[in-house]
Amino acid sequence: MSQSITVTVNGEKRSADVEPRLLLVHFLREKLRLTGTHIGCDTTHCGACTVLVDGTPVKSCTMLAVQADGQQVTTVEGLMAGGALHPIQAAFKEEHGLQCGFCTPGMMLTSVALLKEKPDPSDDDIRWALSGNICRCTGYMNIVKAVKSAGAQMRASAAVPEAATAARS
Amino acid sequence: MLPAAFEYHAPKTMDEALGLLDELGEDAKVLAGGQSLIPLLKLRFASPGHLVDINKIKDLDYLEERDGTLRIGPLFRHKSAERSSLLASRYHVMAEAAPMIADPIIRNRGTIAGSVAHADPSGDWGTVLLALDADLVLRSKSGSRTVKARDFFSGPFSTALQPNEILSEIRIPVSKAMTGGSYLKLERKVGDFATVAVAVHLRMDDGKVGSAGIGLTAVGPQNIKAEKAEASLKGVRLDDAAIKQAAALAAEAADPKADHRGSVEYKRNLVRVFTERGLKRASERARGGG
Repeated sequence: MSQSITVTVNGEKRSADVEPRLLLVHFLREKLRLTGTHIGCDTTHCGACTVLVDGTPVKSCTMLAVQADGQQVTTVEGLMAGGALHPIQAAFKEEHGLQCGFCTPGMMLTSVALLKEKPDPSDDDIRWALSGNICRCTGYMNIVKAVKSAGAQMRASAAVPEAATAARS
Repeated sequence: MLPAAFEYHAPKTMDEALGLLDELGEDAKVLAGGQSLIPLLKLRFASPGHLVDINKIKDLDYLEERDGTLRIGPLFRHKSAERSSLLASRYHVMAEAAPMIADPIIRNRGTIAGSVAHADPSGDWGTVLLALDADLVLRSKSGSRTVKARDFFSGPFSTALQPNEILSEIRIPVSKAMTGGSYLKLERKVGDFATVAVAVHLRMDDGKVGSAGIGLTAVGPQNIKAEKAEASLKGVRLDDAAIKQAAALAAEAADPKADHRGSVEYKRNLVRVFTERGLKRASERARGGG
């Protein structure tokens, strides 16, 4: 029996009738055609399908679409704003934080959540936060550099009072 | 992979959830964080006819000390345990276990109570609760009962929880001054289950061990409470000989199986080494050195 859900995806309310067993990742990819969210292992290991649910990184292969009813979901398609790359996207590009790109959407969304919590993370903080996202190409070095660089960029462009608060916390 | 079809219920109150479980019986499963249950559904290891999602019920996500007891609600998530200053200051065994659970993204959703109710013999929280001598409150439509953690686990993925019950609260005696704990876990990589892990919780009393809790992960059909090792420490001064003896008794309590993570001898030896190290760390922390 299908159920009606409304999920705010990348700022836009999207409604659909879904079977309860439909996974969030399939809702995003197949119902909404947002194929930037990738299915990697499909067994809760690799983190390729990571999206933000109410700002928190979640493996969308391990959450039901009906559970997202009434919540805010951000996918990689929601990172760009006003035709400009999000600083994390720009930094992954600049620092060569990807090769094949398969893990990149999940890496970037997890990183965005990290930078919100910790605007100036250490290398260890970054490696720790990304330890649920697996990359087979890069050896992670450039991913860590990209996250650091995005953090610096975001701190520099934040309003002065905001930056001061972040530095104290 | 898609789970088999089921009906989904998202009750808004605990009473409503308990009513549903009472009515649906064994055909229903409770969905908390879902980080074990959803993979099981996808692999078709479980195919319940109904899921009762408790995430829409308010006020289940809490950790608080009240009336001499640390209380943990059914939706208190691993990530909150990892970030809790209360646990870091006084419940070291929990604070050390939390960041070792699965990976950070799973910790964002997974819950302590859900993990305990799931009762994977390789799960970490059951072992921690055994070391802390926790009580589990099991609530059904007709009332609630309290079960000791050591009486809760009955085998792999098997517990005292009845189909119409929810693990509604975990209760742990408040850690007073002079307590210390440790959780040592060997995992091959982030996100893997433990090869072996050992939980230790010590309460020191006038230079001697007031009580010792020791739990073992992934070395038997369920999380194990090393009761002989615990008893050997009660009332003794924690010197090297006492630590060695307790560690040997803990290793004897382990009943590991050989698998791709290691041989029986290897795992049993890890239990011995981790118990020794854990007792030393816990006692340093109890003295305020940790």
